[in-house]
Amino acid sequence: MSEIKKFVYVNRKAPYGTVYALESLEVVLIGAAFDQDVRLIFMDDGVFQIKKDQNTEGSGLKNFSPTYNALGDYDVNKIYVEKESLEARGLTLDDLMDLTYEDEDDDWAEKSSISLVSADEIRDLMEDSDVVLSF
Amino acid sequence: MPSMDVNGSAVEVDEEGYLSDINDWNRDIASALAETEEVELTDSHWEVIDFLREYYDEYQIAPAVRVLTKAIGKKLGKDKGNSKYLYELFPYGPAKQACKIGGLPKPTGCI
Repeated sequence: MSEIKKFVYVNRKAPYGTVYALESLEVVLIGAAFDQDVRLIFMDDGVFQIKKDQNTEGSGLKNFSPTYNALGDYDVNKIYVEKESLEARGLTLDDLMDLTYEDEDDDWAEKSSISLVSADEIRDLMEDSDVVLSF
Repeated sequence: MPSMDVNGSAVEVDEEGYLSDINDWNRDIASALAETEEVELTDSHWEVIDFLREYYDEYQIAPAVRVLTKAIGKKLGKDKGNSKYLYELFPYGPAKQACKIGGLPKPTGCI
């Protein structure tokens, strides 16, 4: 078994209009099969990707936001949201989807995957990673 | 677009034989798809196919086989949540074959 690397996926763009958000999500789900240490960061307009109650009717695009709820099943449960980005857009954690996972080591208790962090902490997270993928 | 004949009507499929429109799906089409995969459908097969369709409905993706195995174990019991059981039902890959028969797209991460 090869060495486990720390991957961080940085999501900075609005969910629709470009293909970045969906591509990132697919890469994360595919990459999850490789047993690496995976973290997701949502910052800038990327915070809209995990906003509750998305509705794509009228745009004709597929609403892929329900898929973020599957991340917990894929053992992707370290999701960091930048505080400054949320505030600048008039959003709070309550506006985001309740992304959760079941903790195997704690009798499968359901826990939140989301942590609210500052820009400084985001910088440290990136610094601490072996691979940074920016979308 | 290739198509498949089910009871006299044409159903559109992609070049790998997956249903083009998941809304076209019904049990007759599932049986026809199963025939192309050489799978004889039993209640145990339906259980997995129905589970996959529900999963897709909720999350908009077909789960990877590892995720499917875990989720089946949770929902249908430990004796079914293992790859041996699922591969017995769908010898050429539970996620791939069950998705195809269930009218779902190819699972994300399936090569």
